[in-house]
Amino acid sequence: MLRTRSLICRRALVRTYATPASPHALVFLEHREGVIAPGSLSALTAAEQLGGQVSALVVGSSEQVPAVVEKAKKLKGVNSVLHSTSPQYAEPVPEVLSPLFEELLKGNSGFTHVVSATSSSAKSLLPRVSARLDAPTISDITSLEHDASSGSTTFTRPIYAGNAISTVRAPGSIPIKFFTVRGTAFAPAPATAEGAEEKPVDPVEVKDPVTVHLKTTIAKSDRPELGVASRVVSGGRALKNAETFQKMLYPLADALGAAVGASRAAVDAGYADNSLQVGQTGKVVAPELYIAIGISGAIQHLAGMKDSKMIVAINKDPDAPIFQVADVGLVADLYEAVPELTEKLKK
Amino acid sequence: MRPSAVRLLNILVPVKRAVDYAVKIRVNPQQTGIDTNVKHSMNPFDEIAVEEAVRLRERLGAKVKTITALTIGPAKATDTLRTALAMGADSGIHVEVSESAPAPEPLSVAKTIRTIIERRNKDAKSEEDKIDLVILGKQAIDDDLGVTGQMLAGLMDWSQATFASKVEIDTDKKEALVVREIDGGGEEIKCRLPLVITTDLRWVDHNNLSPRYASLPNIMKAKKKPIEKLTPADLGLDYTPQLETLKVTEPPKRVGGGKVANVDELLAKLKEVGIEAKA
Repeated sequence: MLRTRSLICRRALVRTYATPASPHALVFLEHREGVIAPGSLSALTAAEQLGGQVSALVVGSSEQVPAVVEKAKKLKGVNSVLHSTSPQYAEPVPEVLSPLFEELLKGNSGFTHVVSATSSSAKSLLPRVSARLDAPTISDITSLEHDASSGSTTFTRPIYAGNAISTVRAPGSIPIKFFTVRGTAFAPAPATAEGAEEKPVDPVEVKDPVTVHLKTTIAKSDRPELGVASRVVSGGRALKNAETFQKMLYPLADALGAAVGASRAAVDAGYADNSLQVGQTGKVVAPELYIAIGISGAIQHLAGMKDSKMIVAINKDPDAPIFQVADVGLVADLYEAVPELTEKLKK
Repeated sequence: MRPSAVRLLNILVPVKRAVDYAVKIRVNPQQTGIDTNVKHSMNPFDEIAVEEAVRLRERLGAKVKTITALTIGPAKATDTLRTALAMGADSGIHVEVSESAPAPEPLSVAKTIRTIIERRNKDAKSEEDKIDLVILGKQAIDDDLGVTGQMLAGLMDWSQATFASKVEIDTDKKEALVVREIDGGGEEIKCRLPLVITTDLRWVDHNNLSPRYASLPNIMKAKKKPIEKLTPADLGLDYTPQLETLKVTEPPKRVGGGKVANVDELLAKLKEVGIEAKA
């Protein structure tokens, strides 16, 4: 309490001109089974680039929160970890989390930015909160720059499925700027030895919520997670069915220690799970190596993978658009080339 | 008089006229935006939203009282509205903005939808005339923001079901069971009406359906369906953007590195950059 008061005094003294508040980001840290989501670690890095204080927010049930807070305290760039515990936060829906955010951000909270990964849950939550505060949400930013003197933040973000890059400025007149961060554009915040301070926050109970979580089904896999894998092997419609998709792609992916991805055509045809889709409407990946097998290379697919370091394409059609972006192209029947590649790799 | 026990749904479907998904867009030389002198069509996610509204009526019959399509855009956006009407919406609302004006930001769009719902619900003679379901696409393929539905739900304080791939509505209980696409899998939630739904592409697979093509007779019929024209000023709204677009640029060009003749050459290329099998 004392601290807050002294802060207010200091600000009152300094405020001869309408000086914008120094940046203070609130980063929504997502976690599952005690592990902080890699996308949230990238969001932290982006928040740190604003050049001010960074507070991380961890919400969850009493079983989940303590372990995650311990990890969050050690993350580079984190000045404080706010945490809020409630049974309602175990599998939170935006309708239940939004009031907590509103409580945290109301009045003179000092927060100037609210940051999250571009994840499905944050994408559902942040715009809801921002609208209630009459502020925009800037989605999926790939770079940012904060101007402390004017309090404005300039972002770049891809539009038109990544076929154009838009540079937008959120002026100082927007007191709290909401944005989600494209994970592949920022390195994840590493752990350090230091520990940030922690501050428990009272949960805001939502009586009789209008939306209730019933169940979650997560597709389990031993392979690395698609969004953060350093190598990705991806298949398209040419794989004919789910069985050949697995038979062709999985051994190659395992040989390389790669994650498996799929084009929308392959997902739509039922060869692969939805969660594997790479593209404008699926995941955006930027691995060291992306091998596109039997994928023609539609704009929507390229939107999800064209920032990969090295793109390899294997396709029967020499005119497939994928060859225009591939660093290495092989025109061949995938049913021969892929097993051969897998075999020779293993040697 | 109708028996009061019957619950009726009134669905609002906002649709956006966007550059056709198959068009290879070009950034204009002034770097202020893209060359929009190209084919436009209804945002694909919005097509799914319209289809979903029409399917709901096919499943629930008379329980779906009205389907209203709404668009905010230049005069040409009327075409998009007509497409929605030809697909099965009953009437349209067109909030017209000038061709040269910047596209309204999602928050302005959400406020427009809110105002339209509030006006309609205030004028409603009974509960059964009120809009209690809004179905939107999960994102527009031009700005790729994907925030309007959530903003609307926040402004209205309604429940929201984003990235929905399956929706079952119990009109008597005023509840919806929704399967959502989330990172790494799926999620099931139960929402109370009134509700805002945003559609995922996967809705198509889960239901094994694609958005219908409007048939010629339906296109002809759609020409007779009513469209109410409004302006932002009529609704007491100001579309001045909060954000300033400084510039729009081309992404860095990626140049293909050419082709190799066989698997061995491919392996050699991989080796060059240090990629080998993981032990």
